[in-house]
Amino acid sequence: MAFLVLVPLLPLLGSALLILSEGRLPPRLVALVGVGSVALSAVIATWLAIAFLTGPDQHVTLTLWQWVRIGAFAPTVSLYLDPLSLVMMLVVTIIGSLILLYAVDFMAGDEGYSRFFAYMDLFVAAMLLLVLAGDLLALYVGWEGVGLCSYLLIGFWYQDPANGLAARKAFIVTRIGDTGFMLGLFLIFTQLHTLQIQPVLAQAQTSWHVGSLAATLAAALLLTGAIGKSAQVPLQTWLPDAMAGPTPVSALIHAATMVTAGVYLIARTHTLFALAPVVLAAVGVIGTITLLIAAFAALNQSDIKRILAYSTISQIGYMFLALGVGAWSAAVFHLMVHAFFKALLFLAAGAITMRLHHEHNIFRMGGLAKRLPLAFWSFLIGSASLAALPLITAGFYSKDAILSAAWAQGGGALLLWLGGIVTAFVTALYIFRAVFIVFFGPAKTEPSGRYSWRVAVPLTLLSVLALIGGLVETPPALGGITLFSRLLAPVFPNAPPPAPVALILFTAFISLLGLGLAYALYWQIGPRFIAWSNSPAIAAWRRFFAEGWAFDALYHRLVVAPFLALVRANRGDFIDQFYTGIAWTCRWLHQRLGALQTGRIRWYASWIAAGSVVTIAVAVLR
Amino acid sequence: MMTAPLQHALYLAIFLFALGVTGVLVRRNLLFILMSIEIMLNAAGLAFITAAARWGQADGQVMFLFILSLAAAEVSVGLALIIRIRHRLTTLDADAANLMQG
Repeated sequence: MAFLVLVPLLPLLGSALLILSEGRLPPRLVALVGVGSVALSAVIATWLAIAFLTGPDQHVTLTLWQWVRIGAFAPTVSLYLDPLSLVMMLVVTIIGSLILLYAVDFMAGDEGYSRFFAYMDLFVAAMLLLVLAGDLLALYVGWEGVGLCSYLLIGFWYQDPANGLAARKAFIVTRIGDTGFMLGLFLIFTQLHTLQIQPVLAQAQTSWHVGSLAATLAAALLLTGAIGKSAQVPLQTWLPDAMAGPTPVSALIHAATMVTAGVYLIARTHTLFALAPVVLAAVGVIGTITLLIAAFAALNQSDIKRILAYSTISQIGYMFLALGVGAWSAAVFHLMVHAFFKALLFLAAGAITMRLHHEHNIFRMGGLAKRLPLAFWSFLIGSASLAALPLITAGFYSKDAILSAAWAQGGGALLLWLGGIVTAFVTALYIFRAVFIVFFGPAKTEPSGRYSWRVAVPLTLLSVLALIGGLVETPPALGGITLFSRLLAPVFPNAPPPAPVALILFTAFISLLGLGLAYALYWQIGPRFIAWSNSPAIAAWRRFFAEGWAFDALYHRLVVAPFLALVRANRGDFIDQFYTGIAWTCRWLHQRLGALQTGRIRWYASWIAAGSVVTIAVAVLR
Repeated sequence: MMTAPLQHALYLAIFLFALGVTGVLVRRNLLFILMSIEIMLNAAGLAFITAAARWGQADGQVMFLFILSLAAAEVSVGLALIIRIRHRLTTLDADAANLMQG
C-alpha cells in the first residue's frame, strides 16, 4: 500500500519535468511524459484497488510526514484510502488518462503543447491529492491546486483577452467559496483541535449534537466551498465561461476533476452534514434549483460546448440533490457515471469541432451523422446516457437511484423529486435537440481531416463505460445488483430503501417523453415552430434562459458595479491624498533643484564665488 | 632698503584675485578661463610671500613653491582636458560643454 504515494506523485513528477524542460522537449516525448505519467498512475491505482478489495482492511492510512508543529497545531500530510476515495481515485486516473491520450491529437501543433500537458498533469495530481488526502489541510492544498490549474487551463490561449477574463472569473468566483471553506477549517480546528478527517468526523459526532450551532456553521461553511467548486447556485456563473479553454480541459474539469470536488467534499464529511439537518436540506434545495436553472439554460444555447457546460451544472445539481436527501452512495454513483458520459460528450464534441475548423455553433453544423460516424455514435451514446434512456444506458441507473431516494424520503423531498423529474424531461429534450440539429438535416459545413487511434480509443472506451457502467448498481426490479453500494457500505452504512417499480417506469417514461418531444420539434424544424419561438414574448424568455437566467447581469449590477463605484470614490480619499502630496512635493523639489544643475561650469564657479564671499563676510563681520 | 608696505602688497593680491575671478566668470573661452585661474593662483602666492616677508618665516615661501608646482600640474591636466573638449565639441566655448545638466 506504500505505492499509494505514487498515484499523486507520478503526475506531479511528469508536470515538474515538463515545466522544467521549458518546452524544449520534442512533442513526441512531451506526449509520452504527459500521458504516460497519468496512465502509469492509473495502472498503479487499478492494482492498488485490486489489492485493497481483496485485502482485509476497510481503510488504509499512510502518514507521509508532519507538515509543521506550532503548539497544538500539528497537521500531517497523510493519504487515506477507503472505498470512497478508491472510487474517486480510479475515476480521476482512468478518465484523466483517456482524456490526455485524446489531447495528444487534439492539441497537436499548438505552440503551447508542452505547457498544456504540464498544466494537465498538475491538474490531475492536485485532484488526486484532494481525493486521497487524509487531512483537511492537505485536502485544501489539492483544492487550491485544482483551482489554480483550472485558471491556468481556462486561460490557456491567453493571447485572446476574453479567455483571460474567463479564467479570472473562474478563479475569483470559486475563491468566494474557498474563503468559506477556509473559515470552516478554522472553525473545525478551534472547536475540535484537529484537522485529520476521520478524527474530526468521530469527534464531531461525540461533542456536537444534532442541529447544534457549531455543527450547522461548520457544515454551512464547508458547503460554501463545495458550491463554489461545483458551480452550484449562486456561484455557478463561472462554469459556462470556462468553455474558453481547449476542449480536453473542459472534459477534464467537468468529468474527472474540479467540479466533482464539491460533491466529494460533502460525501467525505457526510457525518458532519448529518449533524446539521438544516444545511443538508439546503444542499438538496440548492441542487434542485441549480438543476432546473441550468437545464433551461442548456435548452437555449447555440454553442455545443455551452450546452454541455450547462448540462454539467445541472447534473452536479442532481448529485447535490442526492446528497441533500442523504443518498450518499447514489450521489457518488452518479458522479462516476456522469464522469463517463460527460467526458465522452466533451471528447465527441471536440472530435466534431476538430474536423469543422473549430466551429462551435450547432446551427452551422448538420447532417454530420453520415460524415462523422465515430463522433456521431459516441455523442449519441453520451446523450442517451445523459438523458437517462432506460435500461441500456448507465445514466438511467444512477439518475433512477437519486430520484427514488428522493421519493423514498417523502415529505418536503417530494418537491425535490418533482424538480428532478421535470429536469429529467428537459435534459432529454435539450441534449437530443443538439443531437438532431448537429447530426441530421441538411449539411452546412464539410468536415476535413481524419481521426487517429488516439481519438478513437478514448471515445470507444468511454462509450462502453457510458453504456454498461451503470450495471454495478441496479434497482431490485431490474436484477437488484448492489455491487456499488456494497463497496461503499463501510463509508455510507445506511442505504435508502428501494423504489417501487411504478416509479422506475415513470422515470423511464419521462425521459422517453423528452426524447419524443425533441424528435417532434427538432428532427425537422417546422415553420410554425420557428414562428412561435421568434414571437416577442418567447424570444425574450429564450434570451433570458440563454444568458443563464441573467445571473451575470444581476451580479454585475449587485456586486461588480457597486464595487467599481466604491473603488472610484475611494481613489481620492484622505490617505491617498496624503501620499499623493508627498509624491507631488518630491517631484516639485526635484524639478526645482534639477534646474540648478545647468551643466555650465561658469555658473557653478559663480555659485562658488558667491558662497565664498558670503562665508568670508559672515566670518569677518561676526 | 626701501620696502613696500604690507597693505599695498595685499591690495595687489586682492586685485589680482578679483581679476582672476572675474575672468573665470565672464570669459567663455576655456583657454582664458585657465589663464584666469593661473592669475588667481598667483594672487594667492603673492599673499603668502607677503606674509612670509612680514613675519620673517620660511613657511610662506614653502607654500609658494607648493602653489607653483600645483599650478604646473593643474595646467597640464587642464590643457589635456581642453584638447579633448576641442576634439569632441569642435569649440572652446565653456557653455557648450553643458552635457551634464540635470
